Amino acid sequence: MAHEHKLEIFRGLVKFKSNTQKIWGVLIFLSIVTAVEVVLGIYKPEMLMAKFIGMKLLNWIFIILTLVKAYYITWDFMHMRDEVKALRRMVVWTAIFLILYLVFILLQEGGYIEGVYSSGFIRKDF
Amino acid sequence: MSTTTVVSTGTEGKTWGGGNEPLHASYGKMMMWFFIVSDALTFSGFLAAYGFSRFKFIDYWPIADEVFTHVPFLHGQELPMIYVAFMTFILIMSSVTMVLAVDAGHHLNKAKVTLYMFLTIIGGLIFVGSQAWEWATFIKGDYGAVQTKGGNILQFVDAEGHRVALRDFVVAEGHERVQQERKNGLWFVSEGTLPTYTVEEVIHGLETHDNVLVRTQLLDENGQKTVLSRAESLNQLKSYGTHVVEGANLHENEYGSPLFADFFFFITGFHGFHVFSGVIINIIIFFNVVLGTYERRKSYEMVEKVGLYWHFVDLVWVFVFTFFYLV
Repeated sequence: MAHEHKLEIFRGLVKFKSNTQKIWGVLIFLSIVTAVEVVLGIYKPEMLMAKFIGMKLLNWIFIILTLVKAYYITWDFMHMRDEVKALRRMVVWTAIFLILYLVFILLQEGGYIEGVYSSGFIRKDF
Repeated sequence: MSTTTVVSTGTEGKTWGGGNEPLHASYGKMMMWFFIVSDALTFSGFLAAYGFSRFKFIDYWPIADEVFTHVPFLHGQELPMIYVAFMTFILIMSSVTMVLAVDAGHHLNKAKVTLYMFLTIIGGLIFVGSQAWEWATFIKGDYGAVQTKGGNILQFVDAEGHRVALRDFVVAEGHERVQQERKNGLWFVSEGTLPTYTVEEVIHGLETHDNVLVRTQLLDENGQKTVLSRAESLNQLKSYGTHVVEGANLHENEYGSPLFADFFFFITGFHGFHVFSGVIINIIIFFNVVLGTYERRKSYEMVEKVGLYWHFVDLVWVFVFTFFYLV
């Protein structure tokens, strides 16, 4: 296991010659993604302020880019790409399932309480 | 003559028959992965709780861009996110040196492992130091604000909407009230540092400065804080203002909802604690590398295990960065 690394990223679009080279390649990719996030966060383009499924388009972009970064950190830095399928699924799907569940419940509840505050008779502005 | 009966289970040589590693990972590495899963759930608990509180006060939540604008050595400049982006980059960089150390370990190259482990530790220390500075800046505060009876925060802006600090328009007069210490007044009862100004002084300052307006926490449809008219500003401050808030602690802060500071301290604090313990573990492993422990063992797998933990700390930061600073 230890000495074999899969050297392809982007589904085989880019193939590196050595593991070291792949590490630097992934670093460059992660840096570009972070730079894009920071630039978008500072300038906040007007066109990305439109709402899409209850959230600003900009925030969707941030979340998707974060998941992209998380994928490459886990797959290439933590070598998840080289682990067997069973280990990969045990770790990844367990976490993803539980986290989605938790996030859904808490955000749903938070939104409900906000509705009670704003449409009920509770005065907050004093 | 043997009396034991040997029962064959019929699973010899099969994947889960025993005596081999079905997941092609050693026990230690697998347990590190499972620890990471459980730790990820703890962090997502924190972040989801942050999302809960934010959704609950969606119209009143502080704008992170306005809170984290400071960069060391660049006083008075508004540079939102630059320093946090720098911290993110440092952590990703130290993740890279860590994975290079793991790679050098696979080639049993002791000199390179030593170098890269050292660089990883330096990166971790820079990050923890940056976080300490960020905390200090956050706790100290910048502009100051007035809290109302309802726990809302009133901030001050000029006619163009730029923030105005209390020190720019309020004059502190002689105060009769002194800080209560354990040794005087009521014995063994003390209180925190008193704010520089009283509400009366802020009201006086607002009356004498025509260009200063009050900004409430309520977000308008463009996601900006609502600025009150001159008359409404004075009215709001006079009828509801209770005390001056400077900086942040666990029960009040000048940026807005108290929960914002609470989550800032807990989430970045819990993450910073992980980075700190990661640095300590890295130092231990570093000395083991230098002493040649893994050289004699002919395996640098310990570097790989601690590497997994270190990358996980980086992974968590990526999410904290997005959900605390960007979204």
